[in-house]
Parts: sequence; C-alpha cells; structure tokens
Amino acid sequence: MEKTIKDHSALAEEFIRDEERVNWHDGALWWIRQKRDMAAKNIPEWEALREAASQIKNNVLSNLHDYLLEFEANATKNGITVHWAADAQEHNAIVYSILKEKGLNQLVKSKSMLTEECHLNEYLIERGVDVINSDLGEYIQQLDNEPPSHIVLPCIHKRKEEIGDIFHEHLGTEKGVSDPTTLTRFARRHLRNVFVTRRAALTGVNFAVAETGEYVVCTNEGNADMGAHLSEVQISSMGIEKIIPKKKHLGVFLRLLARSATGQPITIYSSHFKKPRKGQEMHLVLVDFGRSRQLGRPDFRSSLKCIRCGACMNTCPVYRKSGGLSYHNTISGPIGAILAPNLDMRKHADLPFASTLCGSCSNVCPVKINIHEQLYQWRQVIVQEGYAANTKVLGIKAMAWTLSSPASYARIGRAGRWVLNNIPFAVNNKFNLWYKQREMPGGPKESFGEWYAKNGPKEDEKQE
Amino acid sequence: MTVGLFIPCYVNQFYPQAAIATLQLLQKLDVDVAYPPKQTCCGQPMANSGFEHLTKECNDLFVTNFARFDYIVAPSASCVLHVKEHLHSADDPAQAESIRSKTYELVEFLTDVLNVEDLKARFPHKVGIHQSCHGLRGLHLAQMSELNAPPFSKPVRLLNMVDGLELVSLDRPDDCCGFGGTFCIAEEAVSVKMGKDRVLDHQRNGAEYITSVDLSCLMHLEGILQRNKTGIKALHIAQILNSTH
Amino acid sequence: MNTKERILAAVLANQPPASPLPNIDSFKGTDQDLISTYSDVFTTIGGSVFVVKSLAEVEGLIQETFDCTRRIITTLPELRDVSDRIELYSAEVMPHSFEDIELAVLEAELAVAENGAVWLTEQRMGQRIIPYICQHLAVVVPAERIVPTLHEAYEKIGVGDYGFGAFIGGPSKTADIEQALVLGAHGPISMTVFILESEASSTTSYPGE
Repeated sequence: MEKTIKDHSALAEEFIRDEERVNWHDGALWWIRQKRDMAAKNIPEWEALREAASQIKNNVLSNLHDYLLEFEANATKNGITVHWAADAQEHNAIVYSILKEKGLNQLVKSKSMLTEECHLNEYLIERGVDVINSDLGEYIQQLDNEPPSHIVLPCIHKRKEEIGDIFHEHLGTEKGVSDPTTLTRFARRHLRNVFVTRRAALTGVNFAVAETGEYVVCTNEGNADMGAHLSEVQISSMGIEKIIPKKKHLGVFLRLLARSATGQPITIYSSHFKKPRKGQEMHLVLVDFGRSRQLGRPDFRSSLKCIRCGACMNTCPVYRKSGGLSYHNTISGPIGAILAPNLDMRKHADLPFASTLCGSCSNVCPVKINIHEQLYQWRQVIVQEGYAANTKVLGIKAMAWTLSSPASYARIGRAGRWVLNNIPFAVNNKFNLWYKQREMPGGPKESFGEWYAKNGPKEDEKQE
Repeated sequence: MTVGLFIPCYVNQFYPQAAIATLQLLQKLDVDVAYPPKQTCCGQPMANSGFEHLTKECNDLFVTNFARFDYIVAPSASCVLHVKEHLHSADDPAQAESIRSKTYELVEFLTDVLNVEDLKARFPHKVGIHQSCHGLRGLHLAQMSELNAPPFSKPVRLLNMVDGLELVSLDRPDDCCGFGGTFCIAEEAVSVKMGKDRVLDHQRNGAEYITSVDLSCLMHLEGILQRNKTGIKALHIAQILNSTH
Repeated sequence: MNTKERILAAVLANQPPASPLPNIDSFKGTDQDLISTYSDVFTTIGGSVFVVKSLAEVEGLIQETFDCTRRIITTLPELRDVSDRIELYSAEVMPHSFEDIELAVLEAELAVAENGAVWLTEQRMGQRIIPYICQHLAVVVPAERIVPTLHEAYEKIGVGDYGFGAFIGGPSKTADIEQALVLGAHGPISMTVFILESEASSTTSYPGE
C-alpha cells in the first residue's frame, strides 16, 4: 500500500508483539463485555429499549434541522450562548475567542471526544493556553503525549507500571509506585488544585434535549462537574447529532448508556445543565465537522446514532487483540471504522477492512447501528472510489476471472490447486502470510468434483 | 424434493471428505441430492474485499447451476449467507430471489426442513463447537450471546443425537476465530492471535475435536492446531453427524 | 450564508424522510420492594444505605460514621436544629469556599431503585459544587420518593424549574488504571443514603418544585 503512515495491520502487528499485554488487554475488555451482558440480561425489556432508542435516533436524524433550531431557541432562552461551527478549525477558533475575550489562558477539560477529533488541545497550546484533561485516563494519555485508545477507557492499553513511570516522570511520584489507588489519590490531589484555580472549564455533551434546551453530561469521576461548577466560563462542545427530542427520552438513553459501556446501571454522575450559575457564562458550540455530509449517505447515516458507549470496541475481537491506537483515528474500533472514512476516505481506507465482519458489534450496539453491514458497504465504496491498493485490485480481478468460468477453474484447480495460490493461501514460502504461523491445508489426491465424477450417479452427469 | 449440493470452491479443493460426508448424510436421510459439476464459487471472497461489482459472472453461474432444484444445501454457513444476502441477477431477478430463499446451510436444512429427530451416528469424543459468526449472527443457527433472548442451538440439537459424543463448554461461546476471508492475510497478526485464543479456549476445556458449520474457520484453526502441535483435530460437523465409528 | 445557515441547509438537504417517534410509555418498573431493591443496587455500586425513622437518627449515624471535628454542611435546617456541629450552607459565598468540607448532607427529590441514583436539583444542593467537592456525601430521601426506574423519575421531574440538576449514583469512581476500581476519583470518596421512612418526612420546601 502506498502509504506514508502505517496502516491498521502494521500497527496491530506491533501491538501484538507484546503478547502478554495483548492477553491482558483482551481479557480486561472481555470482562467489561461480560459485565455489559449481565447488566443487559438484568433488564427484561432490554431488546425493546434498544429498539426504542434506535427509533428515537432515527426520528432525530429525520428531523434534525428543526430539532437543532428548537434546541438553540430554548438554550438561548435559558441564558446559554449558542455558537455554530462548520469544522474543527471553526470550533477551535470559537473556543479560543471565548477565552481570549475573558483574558483567560488556562482551561480544564473533561472528556470530549469531539475536541479530540478537532485537536483542540494542540490548537490552544500553540496559542499559549494551558489545557489540562481532567478525566484520569485522558490525563494519563495527555502526560504521555498519546491520544486516547478507547472512548470510554482512554488508557486501557497501558499497564499500571507504565502509568507509574509516567507519574514519576511528570508528577514526581516515587519511582516504582504503580498501585492504582495510590496513583489515583495522587492525581486527585493534584487535579483538585487545578479545578479550584481554573476559571474556564470545557465539557463534552452526551445528550442535548430540544424540548428544554438543556444538555446532559455523564461521568463517573465527577470531573466535568468539578470543572464546570467552579468556573466563571463554562464551554461545552457537541456534535449536532447529539440532540434528542424530549426530556423523557433521556430515560431510555441513560438506561442503556452505562449498562452498555461498563455494565454499571448508570454513570455515577448524569448532570443536567440548563442555565448558567449566577455570575457564570455558559457557551455551547454546535459542531458539524462532517456530520451533515454523513447524514447524506443513506448507507452510512445511521452511524450518527452512536451514543459513544464503546460497547462495540469491548466486544470486537479485532479491537481487543490490536488495541485502539492501531486505528489511527480518535474514535477507534468498529464504530470508528465506519465514521472515519467519511472524514478522510484515503487516510482511513484501511479501517473498514480491519474487521472479520463477525457482527458482534451490531448486536451490542444500544441504538442498533448495523455496524458490520456498514463495514461491508464502506469496502465497496472505497474500492469503487479507487482507494484500494493496486496489487489487491489485480489479485481480486484475476480471482474473479478464474472463478467466473468453470473450465478455467477446473483446469487451474487441477494444475496444483489454484485456490492454494490465490484465495488467499499462497505456496509455502516467506511471502506466504498464511504459512507464517499456520500449516497449510493438506492437498487431497482428488477434489470433491473429481470424486463425484467417478462415484456420483451417472444420470446426473447426463443432465448437465 | 430435489436438493442441489453446493460445494464451495475451497471445500471442493481441500476438504472433499466434508463434501462426501454431506452428500452421504443427505442420502442416508433419503434426500434426492445431486451435485451440479460446473460450480465454482459464490463470489464472497471478492465481495468481502470490496469487489462485489466483480461478482456478476459468479452469480450468473450460480443461477444456471442451481435454478432447477427445490433446495440448495451447502456445508458452509459463510457461503450460504453470502448467497442469501448478495446473490443478484440482472437477467432474471425473480430466479435469483427464489434461489436466495431456498439456499440452506446443512445444519439448518437438517433441523428446519427435514426436522431430523434421530441420527444413526456415533462419535465417542469430547467436542467443542466453534460458532461460525456467519452461521450464528448471519443465519441464526444458535442464540447470540450478546442478546437478551432465550437460548437455542441447532448444531447442539444435532450433536446431542450423536451416540457417545460429549460437548465441552467454552469460556467464550461465540467469539470470532479470526479467519475473515482475505482478513486472514491482510491482517495476519490479528487473525492468528484470534485463532490461537480460540484454540486455547477449546484446549483449556478439554476438547479432542473442534467442529463447526464452516470449513473456512476450521481451515484457519486447523492450521494453528497443527503448527502448535496441540493434538486437537478440526472436523466439519457433517463428518461427525455422518460418523459411525 | 453564515455558518449556522450553511449547516442547517446541509442538514435539511441530507436528512432522510420523516421517521416517527416510538411510544415509550409502556416502559415501567414495578412498585414492589422499592426500598430493598434500591438498597441492594446502591450497596453493590459501593454506597451505604441506612433506613431511618427520623432526622435525629440520621444525626446519630453521622456522629458515628464521620469525622465530626471537620466541616459538615447541610441544606436541611431541621438537621441544623438537631446538631449545632452541622453548618447550614450559604448560597452567597464563592463555590471555592466549600473546598474543605468533609461531609455534605443533602435531601434528594427522588431516588431510583433500578440504578441507585438520587435526583438533586441545584436548589437541593445549596450550591452546584457541594455534592461534588465534599469528601463524603450523605443524602436523605423519604422512602415514598423512591421510584422503580428512570422512566418514572423523568415523569416526576417533568420539565423542572432548575438551572442545574443531576442524578448521582454513588461515590465518585474511576477504573482507568488497569480496570482496578478506585472510589473517590475527583468527587466524594463515599456516598451514604438515608432512607427516611414515612412517619417523619422532611417538611423543607424548595423553590420551583
């Protein structure tokens, strides 16, 4: 593949070299999947809830224009200043201008995948703003200068000893300390000081209610609230697809979100922000950044129903074995692989192929996105648009030609089992990726076709 | 009732014994079964690689081969699912639609069409079932572990009819093996790691055999079983259901 | 066109045909065993539950459980009457001034049996920061205000006259380091719920309810 950056397969291979880590990573995520199963099976109406959530989101997509206007009007009435951003650049500029106007050069952020997508931190840091991610996992990733590898569990790919080393290097904890409670307590004390000194806080948004103009932010740590309630300026960034019509719909989504994400019955904090505190300013940035374009792709628009629970990542065997960073995109895993090509098809052409199409992702999705079918569809689009590697195109064309003709198939099959060379198990040499870690299938003396010609009923041959 | 035997390309070339077992099993159950010899492939390897637009000839050939049968049966869930979801014909769309609806994977044909209650089979071994994803989540041969829904399993129902067979339960009942068609080459490292972990699950739980409704999964797992000299064997479910030893 | 108009035009052009909202009114829990269901769930989450008959009993349990030499804040004037160690909150001070509180004792508007969460509006928090910045959080909830699921909770909340409200379902937690559960990430290290059985329900009234 003519690529300057490494693709998923190359990055995954690097991750897999440390097999002990992969086994741990795989086991940790599988355990979360199991907790999700237990939580789901505790709710008799679980599948009906998923269906309701799916239908509510379908309705949102079909009426998004009006809901956005309704939300903006109500939020404005509540005293929130609403901004609109077409892309990452515009979003970042809006956030920066709000801070600049107040003369603020420090910001504390809770988890927001959107601001990761927009690379807000880099943008602000270049302009002299000190930004701190306050979610513990994101904080660790920021210290280590890496993006999150999982949308819910940002540093799930790291071992505690590595985190201990990062704390030692950046925060001066004692060398060799890796106990999770000790490290968490240290971060708690350190970040408390950040919270009480920051005058501006930024949060993400899980759900925004058109009917009331309020929005909901879910965390387990309480970091969004610590930032927001101590700030003079609260900024929240949301993708335009995060709207839901009515407040009562929160009942459906909040019942599904945490159970799907971690198996918890609800996140510890589900904060409903409606109006600024006395003396506080609240800004909300509505961001498009490719969403309206995805809305126009009939095969892929339902990816916008995603509520960012991460269940598809936890269940995905490819994700569990390859790690989130191998997806080289803010949103990794199966959902990331169907969202990313919309943003940059060339750069992310490999992602829809980083799947066995096993379908487990679609089954755990709380809003019933047909993720594995969209992976298949993206493969077709990527090939048609010319983003498949040339070698692959030639190989597949040769395969299609051979298989299209019984005569050529039979001839080539006999002459050394054509399939052995082509789909996709080549001969036993170093170029054969099948043989690297797997034995070849044994070569039987005759094919079934040949056997049947000798042993099958004679009249059937006449019919043909 | 006439049944057309659809033997996918790689089964024909590498696993004739599974195809023979399928044929014999159907004959034992008094099914009038014939094998149209001029068959190649359902087109799935191209389509899953993003080249569904190159599968027209495969589709047309499939229609020509199988239009005349009441049912089409194959010992491969993956190929059957591909036919059911993607077989089209520009010349004869009605025919293609009819073929899609009458194509069955072997196990579902035995349980849903033939309603098999009893098999004269014996296989005195400990067997683990590897759930093929296409069989499980595509054809719903068994309940999927992700859903809050009542359990059932068509392969288990049939294997329970086999004398002497002991099913082992696995830690992860339906995790993917990592074959995934061209994925097994394009993502070699992930594919093999997934396969190794499926093998370990069977090993931990004392399986002597791994069986499945898909030989593509089994070919991948067998390659790993043999390379790592585990002593565990991979065998298609048709060969167990047809076994008398 | 400005950005807003451009986004809205693109959305309008690309959104699919109308798809109806589902009826979600059939989602309901059962009213049976609400206290025990709530207690089981909340305990599993890592919280503590006491079923009490009076605020005096609450006060006694607080004395036993928490370090009463440190600062304790409440929004419940009745509790203030029971013990003068407990300080009534002020709405007028800077939120930062609550940084040193050991324990906050608040009263919830609702509690949800299926997930252990309590619903607090900012009126009931005193100030928004209080339930987050305290080292330990205690919440009093009259037993009759426990509802089965979030559906009943949102039905009771309605549109709600508040600037801020939250479900709080346990002590602040993280498992970001190797999935090892640690209570007390940024918010409270512990959360205690006092379920107040009917005879002595609180009479405090809150604006907007």
